[in-house]
Amino acid sequence: MTFELILFYAFGAILLGAALAMISVRNPVHAALFLVVCFVAAAAIWLLAEAEFLGIVLVLVYVGAVMVLFLFVVMMLDINLAKLREGFTEYLPVGVVVAAAMATVLVLVITRYITMEVPERAGPEYANTEALGAILYTEYVYPFEIAAVILLVAIIAAISLTMRKRPDNKSIDPGQQMAVSREGRVRMVSMPSEKKRAPRRSAQGSGSGASDDDASK
Amino acid sequence: MDTIYLLIVLAPLFGAIAAGLFGRQIGRTGAHTVTILGVAISFILSVVVFWAHVFGDAGIYNETVYTWMVSDGIHFEVGFLVDNLTAMMMLVVTFVSLMVHIYTIGYMKDDPGYQRFFAYISLFTFSMLMLVMANNFMQLFFGWEAVGLVSYLLIGFWYKRPTATYANMKAFIVNRVGDFGFLIGIAALVFYAGSLNYTEVFAEAESMRDATITIWPGWTFGLLDLALIFLFIGAMGKSAQVPLHVWLPDSMEGPTPISALIHAATMVTAGIFMVARMSPLYEFSVAALSFILIIGAITAFFMGLIGLVQNDIKRVVAYSTLSQLGYMTVALGASAYAAGLFHLMTHAFFKALLFLAAGSVIIAMHHLQDMRAMGGLRRHMPVTYVTALIGSLALIGFPFFSGFFSKDAIIEAVGYSQIPGATFAYWLVLAGVFVTALYTFRMFFMVFHGEERYDQAHKYMPDHGDDDDDHHHDHGPLQPKESPWVVTVPLVLLAIPSVVAGYFIGPMLFGDFFAEALFVLPEQDVLATKGETYTGVIAFVLHGLMLPAFWLAMAGLGTAWYLYMKRPELPGVIAERLKLGVRILEDKYGFDRFNDWFFAGGTVRLGRALWRYGDALIIDGLLVNGTARSIGWISARIRHMQSGFLYHYAFVMIIGLLVLMFAYVI
Amino acid sequence: MITLEHYLVLAALLFSISVAGIFLNRKNVIVLLMCIELMLLAVNINFIAFSFFLQDLAGQVFVFFILTVAAAEAAIGLAILVLLFRNRGTINVQDLDAMKG
Repeated sequence: MTFELILFYAFGAILLGAALAMISVRNPVHAALFLVVCFVAAAAIWLLAEAEFLGIVLVLVYVGAVMVLFLFVVMMLDINLAKLREGFTEYLPVGVVVAAAMATVLVLVITRYITMEVPERAGPEYANTEALGAILYTEYVYPFEIAAVILLVAIIAAISLTMRKRPDNKSIDPGQQMAVSREGRVRMVSMPSEKKRAPRRSAQGSGSGASDDDASK
Repeated sequence: MDTIYLLIVLAPLFGAIAAGLFGRQIGRTGAHTVTILGVAISFILSVVVFWAHVFGDAGIYNETVYTWMVSDGIHFEVGFLVDNLTAMMMLVVTFVSLMVHIYTIGYMKDDPGYQRFFAYISLFTFSMLMLVMANNFMQLFFGWEAVGLVSYLLIGFWYKRPTATYANMKAFIVNRVGDFGFLIGIAALVFYAGSLNYTEVFAEAESMRDATITIWPGWTFGLLDLALIFLFIGAMGKSAQVPLHVWLPDSMEGPTPISALIHAATMVTAGIFMVARMSPLYEFSVAALSFILIIGAITAFFMGLIGLVQNDIKRVVAYSTLSQLGYMTVALGASAYAAGLFHLMTHAFFKALLFLAAGSVIIAMHHLQDMRAMGGLRRHMPVTYVTALIGSLALIGFPFFSGFFSKDAIIEAVGYSQIPGATFAYWLVLAGVFVTALYTFRMFFMVFHGEERYDQAHKYMPDHGDDDDDHHHDHGPLQPKESPWVVTVPLVLLAIPSVVAGYFIGPMLFGDFFAEALFVLPEQDVLATKGETYTGVIAFVLHGLMLPAFWLAMAGLGTAWYLYMKRPELPGVIAERLKLGVRILEDKYGFDRFNDWFFAGGTVRLGRALWRYGDALIIDGLLVNGTARSIGWISARIRHMQSGFLYHYAFVMIIGLLVLMFAYVI
Repeated sequence: MITLEHYLVLAALLFSISVAGIFLNRKNVIVLLMCIELMLLAVNINFIAFSFFLQDLAGQVFVFFILTVAAAEAAIGLAILVLLFRNRGTINVQDLDAMKG
């Protein structure tokens, strides 16, 4: 049993144990924390498979961002836990049977049909991040752009879903802005024209006199 | 010659367009001036063409003027074939048309649709010329349909009268039946010969004789027999042969000049002309000739009988037209094409004359058409009286009048014919002579002789719509007077050929007038048999005096005189005795009733059944609503599967996944 | 030596556990979302394993995109959840049956 294998079994055990704990604990906060453990263990296992970049991303993005978001939400909502746990034991046998059947089938398939040569370990000069970046920005540049757009859409969607109108909000409604018409802004008033005042352009120069005239009209 | 032919055809078309589209601008005088000018040009040039062909040495002209399109090697063209046959038809058409144009000025004087009317008749002249001058089937069909269209428009000229619109629909629909057959016939010929051109199709005639066509396994016909019978069905529609004759009597709803031009002199003879033109084909099909012979004979006799019981002056002439068309058809069936065409020509003159005379009478009677309210008109309308007498004598075949020559020739030709049905036809046409004389002079005596019965006019006033208040409704005592010169001049001009046209019998029937236009197999050439004994007009007449036809005509005339002049009360008594026969005749053998019940009613019933069962039940009920309802039913059942709970869907997904995986493992 | 089977069996077990989690916590939307994250993790482990054993970086690129989409999904899912709680005062799946047929 090599050291690698020992590490694998150790992290695998942590992963499965945390997963089992996550699905069975009462408190969603605890469940989220167990999920964090799962992700960390999985990241360690990914490192064993030479996926260093993704392992680190998993910890940074998932644990650092997504799971924190989960925790926020869980703690923000005032949840009646008792009610949510109803029927847990009732469904336990079904869940166990289905999961067991699925695990059996999957394991059967895997052990029966799939075997592969274990490749050579890469040397210390191999940089996973660099290799991944090299193909991500060349071969997969368009999917990469699309992924960026998807994230943008997700941001906008999440914000627009959860944003509340506040009365003191000074933001602009683009719909109203577009619907503006001349009638809404300008009102034509018909009134009798004024009598022309006597000209008074003795002292002043012609230029300022003209502007004065304009103003009086 | 190209230019002349084109001019002949296009001059009336120009007149029609000018009067039809710009009638309001050019006014009444302008309309009749331009159309009469167009037709007059056509007529004069037709005379020139006739002269050049008959007395000059102009050969057969057969050229394409314009190629419309070429599809799969078949040329769709406009072209002219001008030979003696065409030249004669052109002359007849343009002459009668010109007379009718002039006559119309008087007849339609008060009508608000004056310009429209002139546009129509000029358009008709154009269409008819296209028909007779065609050198291919497409143009023939074009002309055929165009004259049908104009006929439709003109029968329904007084479109506010319900009877007129009914009559024009009837004419159109019945013609449609015939035209369908006509189209099938053309298609069969084109299918076999691969060309629309007459000459090319005729060249295949010999080989077509043995060709057969299998419509259905086990139903094999001679191609030529089938094609020609179908062509003749087209002719039956246009030339009003039994059983497609029903439209012609009703077409008398149209103005009288139309009855003269279209429904007596020209359009209805299109079928006769067509068969004669196709003589190189018809000669090879005895079956088709037999069919034509029998249909023609039935029409000639039985339609004449109906004429005996009609009281409307125009209807009597209409049934007489049917009967005479039957004679022409009989001549065609007996391979005596020349005799048929000869009768066509003479008939065009004297029947147009009779119609116009009838129109003149109608004008004098203030648009009253019932003969029971006429009588004694001889004293008031001398010109009409004399010309009508000439027309009547020509119609019954009185010696030295044109009808005598043509009708005698037909009867004798049928007598010589050997094809199946000839004997049957011979006796019918012979009997028809007596009937013709009887109804013609019944009409003549009732209108022009006897006591004046104008005081009964109100009893027989036609119950028309409300459009022509300006025509009658003046209930004072009628004072018939002679018609204006625009009416009487055409009568006189038509009376001349009605008398003299018969003297052309020598060259036309027994000479080589039609030698290059018609084709007759030697063994069927009945006219040649007759021609062997022909020595001259006088001899022909003297010979005719020995024949039963003449004596039958005289007997008919005598009977008419006895019944309607000597003992006017007798016809009523006879009608009382022969109640059943009169009923049948007044019912016109029940053709209309049968058509109304079987075809019109049957179509309505079929439509209603299809609507109720096909549309409402199967399509709406089963297919459209049934689909909706069954989907609704299924949905109502399976909607319970949609609980709306997220975890139910998740379960289903997971279980489905499990099943798939198990399927993979096993 | 860690073979491919090690990774795949681990991922399979993780996946089965998360399926069981969906069954058990069928009323709590937050835990359901977490279970889905767990499933995605199992799938990602498979991708990484195959990427390593086939010596092909495409698998890792795939994981990269899955992580992106999963992050977006989690963000929107939680936003909907917050909105739901604000409007209904509950996140019990049993109460969410507006789509009932």
